[in-house]
Formats: sequence, structure tokens, C-alpha cells
Amino acid sequence: MASKAQRRPLALQIVLLATLVIWMIAAAFPFFWTLWGSFKVEADFFSLTNWDNALTGEMTRVETGGAFTNNGYYGAWIQEEFWRAAWNSTLVCLFVVSVSLTLGTLGGYALARSTYRYAFWFLLIALIFRALPPITLVSGYLPVFFDLNIWGYLPTAIIVLVAINQPFTLWMLHSFFKNIPAELDESAMVDGCTRFQAFRHVIIPVMWPGVITTGLFSFLLAYNDFAVTAMILDKQNQTMVPKIASFLGTTQTKGNVMFAVAAVVSATAPLFVLIMFFQRQIVSGLTAGAVKG
Amino acid sequence: MKHSAFFWFVLPSAAAMLLFIFFPTVSIIVQSFHVEHEQVIIEVENCGPFGCQTATAIDQEATAALREEQPLGRFAGLEVYKDRNHLAVNEFGELWAQSDGIGDFIGDLMNLPFYKALGFTLTYTFVVTPLTIVFGFIIAVAVNSAARLFRGPLIFFTLLPNIVTPLIGGLILFWMVDARGVIGTALRWLADDPSLSVKADTGLMWTMLMVYGVWSSAPFAFIVYYAGLQTVSKDTLEAARIDGATRWQQIRHVVIPHLLPLTTFIALIQLMDNFRVFEPIISFNAQAHATSLSWAIFNDLGGETRQLSSAAATSVLTVIGVAILLSPVLVRTYRSYGKA
Repeated sequence: MASKAQRRPLALQIVLLATLVIWMIAAAFPFFWTLWGSFKVEADFFSLTNWDNALTGEMTRVETGGAFTNNGYYGAWIQEEFWRAAWNSTLVCLFVVSVSLTLGTLGGYALARSTYRYAFWFLLIALIFRALPPITLVSGYLPVFFDLNIWGYLPTAIIVLVAINQPFTLWMLHSFFKNIPAELDESAMVDGCTRFQAFRHVIIPVMWPGVITTGLFSFLLAYNDFAVTAMILDKQNQTMVPKIASFLGTTQTKGNVMFAVAAVVSATAPLFVLIMFFQRQIVSGLTAGAVKG
Repeated sequence: MKHSAFFWFVLPSAAAMLLFIFFPTVSIIVQSFHVEHEQVIIEVENCGPFGCQTATAIDQEATAALREEQPLGRFAGLEVYKDRNHLAVNEFGELWAQSDGIGDFIGDLMNLPFYKALGFTLTYTFVVTPLTIVFGFIIAVAVNSAARLFRGPLIFFTLLPNIVTPLIGGLILFWMVDARGVIGTALRWLADDPSLSVKADTGLMWTMLMVYGVWSSAPFAFIVYYAGLQTVSKDTLEAARIDGATRWQQIRHVVIPHLLPLTTFIALIQLMDNFRVFEPIISFNAQAHATSLSWAIFNDLGGETRQLSSAAATSVLTVIGVAILLSPVLVRTYRSYGKA
């Protein structure tokens, strides 16, 4: 409860409220506008004559008979086989998250428990790797992948994304494991467990909150990646984001930009759900490095 | 932890990073010093009824054999770095000699691909980063003042632009500012200029890309500041109030010093992320007006002819740029963790 002394003057109250309203419009309106527009025909969503056609759906009514149409979705998912890209994205995300977390928990745990100087150097090098833009590595991958004939396949992309993801995963899990008291696994080892048994029976049961948070960010990295997947996957193995980019090249000229609009909405929907369910974890993950220093 | 246990625990992760981050980095450095072999030209004598003529032809077999033997190509030293598409040493010198003034010189320099990309990347990085921090702070203060009940939904919508795929976020904005889109129409009406189009104007395009940048990263700054605001000491604030501090003085002397370490954190993360700006250029189809270093690499690698050496040289230059930006972070990390 705000005491009387803390209450804000009216002018300030109004300024704050206005800021909030403007920001909410800026943040949310584009998404709702695009969602709404994806059920229209192109002549409505992009209207040079009258912008409120997008609201009334005048051309949509003329062209399809109803105020809403799912032509964009039909074109993208069935005709242009967006379902294939969606399936590829599902596979990539699933494997990237599970493999990164497996490697990351092992590494992060060891880094948090080691008292030697090399653990610090290891983390410092990981930090440097984290700063490299992934696209700079791609010209190093291509000749080798062509040579070994593994270019274009999903497992290749998965391994690359896991590796690119490692530095971040290690840092997050390392700082998370630091907060689990070392006495916990040490007492297990005093009772005769090996280091791995202590990890397996004592640490794994209590590590899930940190692992879920880190997993969310691994998922986002795999789901959102464009630079790497566009370069090392061939056409039929494309994930959603490069697929959408390829719509721009081919369908924009054919007047089927609505396919891309529908695909964009389809690819945003899972993220919407994700933030809804995991808002708290995302917030704690984003602030992890900052608040602790 | 024992050395051997540590070794086995970090081995998978270390192997992944060694193979797919460290080796490729070495490989791009090596690659950038090589160029593809020229085709082997041989002279062939064609003898017909009217005498003999010598012609040159490409010896396909020898070319293939040479490429097979040395897949990296011919060692070229710094040739790739000095060519027109990268540091453009010769052109740089000529422009410097010809130009009338520094403004003129920079204008000409921006016609060279590498400097064009570098120019935009640096402008983007150093415009978007401070604006992100300012907007993030304002939003955090505003959300913090809202009733508790509304904070959940407010945070939800605030996070959206940051979490959504950059390429998709860029497209959503681009479709709206398109001359036929809703914001594009509004802009034309505001400027009272029916021919106004973001796609056709370099200045507007740069502005839009930076608006996108702030839109998508302000939520990150917001969330960090918001978390910071929750931990501002209530006692200190109250003490300040009792001593007669005005609202502004409380913010100036209590809240801002508390948030300052967070600002360095946001600034460093944002510098790193903004320096790799890439997806919005694809989304906005902006390459005629604005390119970035990452876009230049992507452009070299795509298409029919994959220009690996050229891409590798740009990559190395980008990595050097990142290293310069990162040096304060490394020093900071070294100081804070190194002593432990």
C-alpha cells in the first residue's frame, strides 16, 4: 500500500500512464494487426487506396465472399508445404534443447564445483565464443561439410546449433549450480558416492528450475536462428525461419505475400504460448547475469 | 573437484565447442589468406588446311587436379583483405587524396562495400544501444508504477518484441511501414507527401531499421531494470525522504546509483548483439540502402558462387571488431571472477 507521502502528483501519474499506453500499443499492436490481416487477401492487407479496407475486408469480400479467408494459411501450409518446415523446426528444437542441456548440465556442474584456476579460464573462453556472431563461423563450416558430404541434413544443423549454444548454456547453468550448496553433494561423497553418483542422485533431483530456464533459452536460440540454418540446410530440410525468408524471394513477386504473412503468424503462435506459460522463467533467465553481478 | 572428474564432466561440451567454434575460427583465418585457383590455361595449336593457329584453352583436368591437390586455393597473403570488397587499400588512398574534406571523403567511402557495411553497423550499434537503455528504463519505471494486478500482462506484452524471432519481428514491422501498409499510410498522411516510401529513401530506411532495433531490444533493458527496481532499498529511500529529498532527488541519488551496474551489463550485451545486426536487413529488404558486416558475409556465402575467401576475410574483420568491443567485458569478468 502506498502511503500518502509516497503518492504521486497527478501530472506524473498521467505521464506514466501515457507512457504505458503508448508502449503497450507499440509492443502489442503490430502482432494483433498482423494476426488480423493474415485472414484477409493481399489487396486488403496492403491497400494503397484506403487503409481501413484492412479492417472491413472489402476486397476479401469481393474476392472470396466472406470477410475472413484462410487462403493465406492454406497456401502456406498445404501448397507451399510449410508443415514440412514446421516439422523440421520441431525436430531441431527438440534435439538441440535435449543435447545442449545434457552437455551443459555436466559441464556447468563441473565448472561450478571446480576450485582450480583453469575452470575460470574455461569460462572466459566460453564468454569469448559467446560473443562471436554465428554467421562468422559459417564460412568455416561449409568447405568441411561439403567435403564430408554432410551438408544440408538436419543432424548437422542440430550439432552446430548445440555447439553455438554451449557457451551461453554453460554460463547460465554454472551460475545456477553455484547457488546449490556444495555440502549437498560433498556429504553424498563422504557417504561413499563417486562424483558422478553424487551428481546423478543428489544434484539432478534439485536442478530442474535452472534447467528449465536454460532450456527455454536454448529453445529460443534454435527456434529463432536464421543465419546458420539458412546456410547449412538444403531446401527440403529447411526450418520455419529460412522457409519464411524463402517465401519472400519467390512469392512476393507472384503476389502471394499473404503466404508469408500466414506463415509468420503460425511461427509466432508457439512463442506466444511459450511466454504465457514460462514468463517467470524467462524473466529470471534474462536477468540472471545482471542482478547477481 | 578432482582433475580427472572435471575433465570427464566438461569433455562433451568442450569437444563440441572445440570442433564447431574453435576450429572454424582457425579455418576462416587460414581461408582468408587464400584465393581460389585460377583456371589452368594452356596453348593449343589448331592446324587446319590454312596453316596453324595457336589458341588458349582451359585445361579442365589440370584445373581440377590442382583444386583437388590444394583445396584451400592459392596462398594470397593479404590480397583478399586489400581488395575492393574489403579494406580497399588502393581506393581508400585515392579517395583520401582526391577528396575536398572529411565529409566528402566519408561520403565517397560509403560507396565501397566494406565501409558501407561497417558504417551502418557502427551507426546502428551506437545509436540503438543508448536508446535501448533510455527506453528500457522509462518503461521499467512506468510498469513499476502500475498496479500489481496489471504488471503480469504488461510484462507479457513487453517481452513479445524481444522474444519473437528477429526475422519475423522485422517482417511484421516492415509490412506495416510498407507504402501500402497502415503505418506507411499514416506517414504519408503526416508528411503530406503521397510519394513517401520507406523502401525508396536511405535516410528513412536507416531510421526504420534503428526503430526496429530499439523496439526489439528495449524489452531486454526493461526486464533487467525492472528486476533492479524491485531490489532498491526501501530503507534508503525512506531515509532520503525524511531528509527532505524531492522525488527527483530520490531517483537521482538513490535509484540511479543502484541501477548503474545493471546499465554496464545491458550496454555490453547490447553492444555485442547490435554489432551482429543482420535479420532486419533481410526482413526490410534493405540491402540497397543499408548493409551490415553480417549481411556482407551472408551475401558472399549465398547464391550460386560461394565466395568463401571473401566471406572468410569479412568474418575475420568482424571478429576483430567484436574483440575490440568485448575487451571491456573481458577485463570486467577477469577482475570480478579472476580473484575468486
